[in-house]
Amino acid sequence: MTTAMHSELGDPALELGRLLSGQYPDARGRFGPFGGRYVPETLWGAITRLESAAKLALADPAFATELAFHQRTWVGRPTPMMRAANLSTAWGCNVWLKREDLAHTGAHKINNALGQAMLAKRLGVTRIIAETGAGQHGVATAAACARMGFTCRVYMGAVDVERQQPNVQRMKWFGAEVVPVTSGDATLRAAIDEAMRDWVCDPMGTHYLLGSAVGPHPFPWLVRTFQSVIGTESREQMLSPAGAARLPDAVFSCVGGGSNAIGMFHGFLADPSVLIYGAEAGGRGDATGQHAATMAHGRPGVMHGSYSYLLQDDHGQVVKTSSISAGLDYPGIGPEHAFLHAIGRVQYVPVTDQQALDAVREVCRSEGILPAIEPSHAVAAAKAWAKANPGATVLINLCGRGDKDMPILMKNLV
Amino acid sequence: MTIAKHVSDSILRRSARGRPALVPYITAGFPKLESLSAQLRALAPHAAAIEIGVPFSDPMADGVTIQGSSRKALDNGVTLRWILDQLGAMTAGNQQATEHWPQQPPLVLMSYLNPVISSFGAGRSSLRSLAQACRGSGVSLLIIPDLPLEESGELREQLHLQGVGLVQLVSPVTPQARARTIAHASDGFLYAVTVTGVTGGSAPAAAAATAVSPNRYLDSLRELSPVPVCAGFGIRTRAHVDALAGHCDGAIVGSALIDAIDKGQDPAALLASMV
Repeated sequence: MTTAMHSELGDPALELGRLLSGQYPDARGRFGPFGGRYVPETLWGAITRLESAAKLALADPAFATELAFHQRTWVGRPTPMMRAANLSTAWGCNVWLKREDLAHTGAHKINNALGQAMLAKRLGVTRIIAETGAGQHGVATAAACARMGFTCRVYMGAVDVERQQPNVQRMKWFGAEVVPVTSGDATLRAAIDEAMRDWVCDPMGTHYLLGSAVGPHPFPWLVRTFQSVIGTESREQMLSPAGAARLPDAVFSCVGGGSNAIGMFHGFLADPSVLIYGAEAGGRGDATGQHAATMAHGRPGVMHGSYSYLLQDDHGQVVKTSSISAGLDYPGIGPEHAFLHAIGRVQYVPVTDQQALDAVREVCRSEGILPAIEPSHAVAAAKAWAKANPGATVLINLCGRGDKDMPILMKNLV
Repeated sequence: MTIAKHVSDSILRRSARGRPALVPYITAGFPKLESLSAQLRALAPHAAAIEIGVPFSDPMADGVTIQGSSRKALDNGVTLRWILDQLGAMTAGNQQATEHWPQQPPLVLMSYLNPVISSFGAGRSSLRSLAQACRGSGVSLLIIPDLPLEESGELREQLHLQGVGLVQLVSPVTPQARARTIAHASDGFLYAVTVTGVTGGSAPAAAAATAVSPNRYLDSLRELSPVPVCAGFGIRTRAHVDALAGHCDGAIVGSALIDAIDKGQDPAALLASMV
């Protein structure tokens, strides 16, 4: 079977089966029509080398052993699964939080940064570059580079440098060079553009440690593979007697590019009884430029190397986005999410800035946890669902902690 | 019939004296919307073909110069459909009155993929509409820097049905066997990126960044390519073109022209100085 961007999707159950059995991504890096490798020729060698190296490493028990060791001793895995007792009472549901905010460096981003940095060792490169939005991926990459001895440069939109100052300082202390990006819209999207330009200049000596589940194949698959630890642990923890001793009725994650979500979702895709929801950044409203709700308002197109849903105008130009959360402020979404949306396995719902801020406040007061603004979108979506489904069991991926949001929260949460 | 053979012929005819033929690049609608037709007419006498850049919001293979001209063109309201309308009008006018645009060289569109696949609606039929519009506007070839050979099949098929070609690119890090495959798939000419980097770099930096000498790289491409080889990225001066003599069939000049336009200078005069 060969796929291309206009390939038709078949029966949803059949297509999901292809994903779960590993037929997707296929040899062309596609999930049905979505994905692919839309890169300049200069990067072709680098992405095919990365794919080969990743397949070898992931089949190597020594790699798995080393990854597990670092996950346990450095990242702090497994992260806890916690019953949110007060939220449960307030919402009339059983609410569980996967505590990725307790992972080293404060978010799930470390799972992928660690895995890819180990891969970069095998590639024999000496220099790593990364993009960052909220700064969590930049911090995670800088930390992994410090530990493993790579030179590290992080591209970060100038707007995000401003709103995520604590993370900028952390990256610098880990020895990374932080380059503010002023081109384009000066947010995550421009940072990826700039990182791609850097990589084009040194495709074989540099590894681009992409942090979201976007980009050309093999990145969406690679990022999902390293983030799947979230879903795998969550499923075991929910089923265990110390947990809910059952599967959740619904699972919620926030989605920008979609790295934490794809990792969480993979734990439950094969369970037909589990409803799965992704919370997008609804920003300040539905008008173009006021949100980053790619599924709600986008259509398929090519940006950053893959074919997926995209916020664009009628002429194929990518439009401006807005979100209070830097990590979700992105006009695209990973191709596997586009696939899951197209076959109807995952529902994507927009959550506004205000709803997310209200959720930050509620989690703080109810559970003594300061969540990042990004997963607070998932909390808000879960709350709305919970109110309509009393008594249900709900799992939320609390993918990061809110310390890095202090400057913006001090302005907006009074 | 070979697709876009007239483009190959135009390049070979102009490079008959040993020096590479010149292929200028301009960003459509930069610095002003109305600049396009005047620029095309002025560049035509010195050009074996003209590359017309379609601005894109996220130009990941371009340096600051073309990022800037693209931004400005988008602010001016440039779209792919507008460009095709303009070119169509010029080509039609040319057929009626040849003095209008005396030596119209082949027109080549350079665009990132998304405007190409998204400007004519959705689905496979959008590619057919695009290809028809290209033919109707007198466009001979498309160059799409983020469309590697492996992803090009669907679009190439539709373009070929309309007699429009698709140029493929090779870079200094492309292995020889792969370069051969790409060259044989490329219509009109083979675009040899001379730098491992983005557009607008300098030629000395390009030489330093590449393990093999640029000329040896170009020589090897010429040996394996059934279509003329045009070198691009970092060609800014007459001396750069001189250095390429005997090693390629065409030289693509982009950022240097955009810089000149940006400074209010005459791009045609700069191009003429490089012939």
